[in-house]
Amino acid sequence: MPEITVISGKGGTGKTTVTAAFVHLAGNAVLCDLDVDAPDLPLILRPTREVAVDFRAGHVAVIDPSRCNACGFCMDICRFGAIVAADGEYAVNPLACEGCKACVALCPAGAIDFPVRRCGRRYRSQTRFGPLIHAQLFPGAENSGLLVSELRREARELAVTTGRKIILSDGAPGIGCPVISSLTGTQLAVLVTEPTPSGRHDLERVAELTARFEVPAAVILNKADLGGPAAGAVREACAARGLPIIAEIPYDPGVTAAMVAGQTVTEAGIEAVAAPLRAAWSAILELTAARRAA
Amino acid sequence: MIVAIASGKGGTGKTLVTAALAEVWPRPLVAVDLDVEAPNLHLFLHPRLSPPEDAVIEVPVADPARCTACGACVALCQYKAIALFGDFPTVFPDMCHGCGGCLKVCPSGALTPGSRVLGEIMDGRAGAIGFLMGRLRIGEALSPPLIRQVKARLAEGLAKTAGRVDALIDSPPGTSCPAVAAVSGADVVVLVTEPTPFGLHDLKLARHAFAALGVPVGVVINRAGTGERRVYDYCRASGLPILAEIPFERAIAAAYSRGETAIGVSPGLRDIFDVLAKTIRGLVVSVKERTAAHA
Repeated sequence: MPEITVISGKGGTGKTTVTAAFVHLAGNAVLCDLDVDAPDLPLILRPTREVAVDFRAGHVAVIDPSRCNACGFCMDICRFGAIVAADGEYAVNPLACEGCKACVALCPAGAIDFPVRRCGRRYRSQTRFGPLIHAQLFPGAENSGLLVSELRREARELAVTTGRKIILSDGAPGIGCPVISSLTGTQLAVLVTEPTPSGRHDLERVAELTARFEVPAAVILNKADLGGPAAGAVREACAARGLPIIAEIPYDPGVTAAMVAGQTVTEAGIEAVAAPLRAAWSAILELTAARRAA
Repeated sequence: MIVAIASGKGGTGKTLVTAALAEVWPRPLVAVDLDVEAPNLHLFLHPRLSPPEDAVIEVPVADPARCTACGACVALCQYKAIALFGDFPTVFPDMCHGCGGCLKVCPSGALTPGSRVLGEIMDGRAGAIGFLMGRLRIGEALSPPLIRQVKARLAEGLAKTAGRVDALIDSPPGTSCPAVAAVSGADVVVLVTEPTPFGLHDLKLARHAFAALGVPVGVVINRAGTGERRVYDYCRASGLPILAEIPFERAIAAAYSRGETAIGVSPGLRDIFDVLAKTIRGLVVSVKERTAAHA
């Protein structure tokens, strides 16, 4: 089952726009929004929710004031600065608590409870292109990597039960835990970049990450005509790393107009953008087929 | 004064705004890049940087000879970073969050502190501007501990100057733990967005996330003139002040792709950032005055 994940390192390079076009072109994919922090794919796919469940993961420390003797030991041992004291009363700042349990286990008064934490909501939805697995992490919540793993597992199960042949995922920016979690075992990472020093810099970091996890990668250079020398630098960086550039897409105001209309750029018929994306999708199918054959 | 420049959505122009603001902000100033997964501010401010210094997190090292296989560490660890294979203890350092709990609960002294490299911290100067940044090691999953260490370094520096130095922070995108770790402790949050459905959706998430910090929040609308008006309607309806609008101009994109800030593109843009700097300072001062009046 080929899994294709679109990531970028730098945010805002056009991951979701590209993914949404591929969703339209694939026709027979299970769709996945792995940017659980700021999921934007639903804005284009306009899903109808079928299932919504709480995502519970890890725990959070909670001090019971009636049992607390205000010794302050928890504050001494917490490495995350999560214990706050005011007027001799101790409490846990849930945004800073990493749920490590050290204070719970070591509190001399046994005054710290450790309930399971609700970190977000997970959804299975239906779209005009097929089923979509997505989620929303709560602000400041942890365990995004675990949530990404759960979404991917659900997508794989759904692909089997619905007979769909491809899993297509919109990833998160950066190179941290949700991105690492979205890469392991993926057949192809599509790296979307832009012709700026930041685009090149972050592409190199994310390319190093895909190489580290031995995930094959291909590059899409978006807004290619907006930067002169920086576009050349991106091409050189790709050549040096042996990364194929499977599309160069010009800047087109129609892309934003399509987004406002809740359409993929291929549906909206913005040919300057749609044509290179169709070529890129063919290249992706070839790359994944070649890999399966190898 | 600490100013955090943040956004729900990535790529809205946080770094563009931070770099341009740094150029017009009154000195003394330190510019800080806390987007440690994808740090870009140095590409536009061009600082001379110190040699990178490793930032590490404490992880346990197990001594099988002293381990009694009591299982206390395994029972404590919430990250599955320690396992017992029979009576043989094994540490998975990449999984460890560095809480130090296992070392404290081990009754036999079989665990001792070791370390894992999270990434690097660099400081330097860009002309008259102080500069500080963190860069996450490729393959490292946890960015918040590195963000906290860069912030600790910043706090040390600011403490020495008795509050005379302002700080501009380029934050990671989003609203999950890295963004909250970067933004908390700031005196004011500037959310950069764009007038598109994605920009609006992620601005709403960011507003909810950062409202909890209890500091003033304002919005900068980048690429104004593209997209739609709903971002403006939302800001008005929810009482979020729009601090500045930066027009979409090919000349800005072109300057950016050359590693230049938007300030040099036109006198009009310099004016926009001059006014933005004054407006941000005004937001913080008015809150401080109100707090003082209250007390």
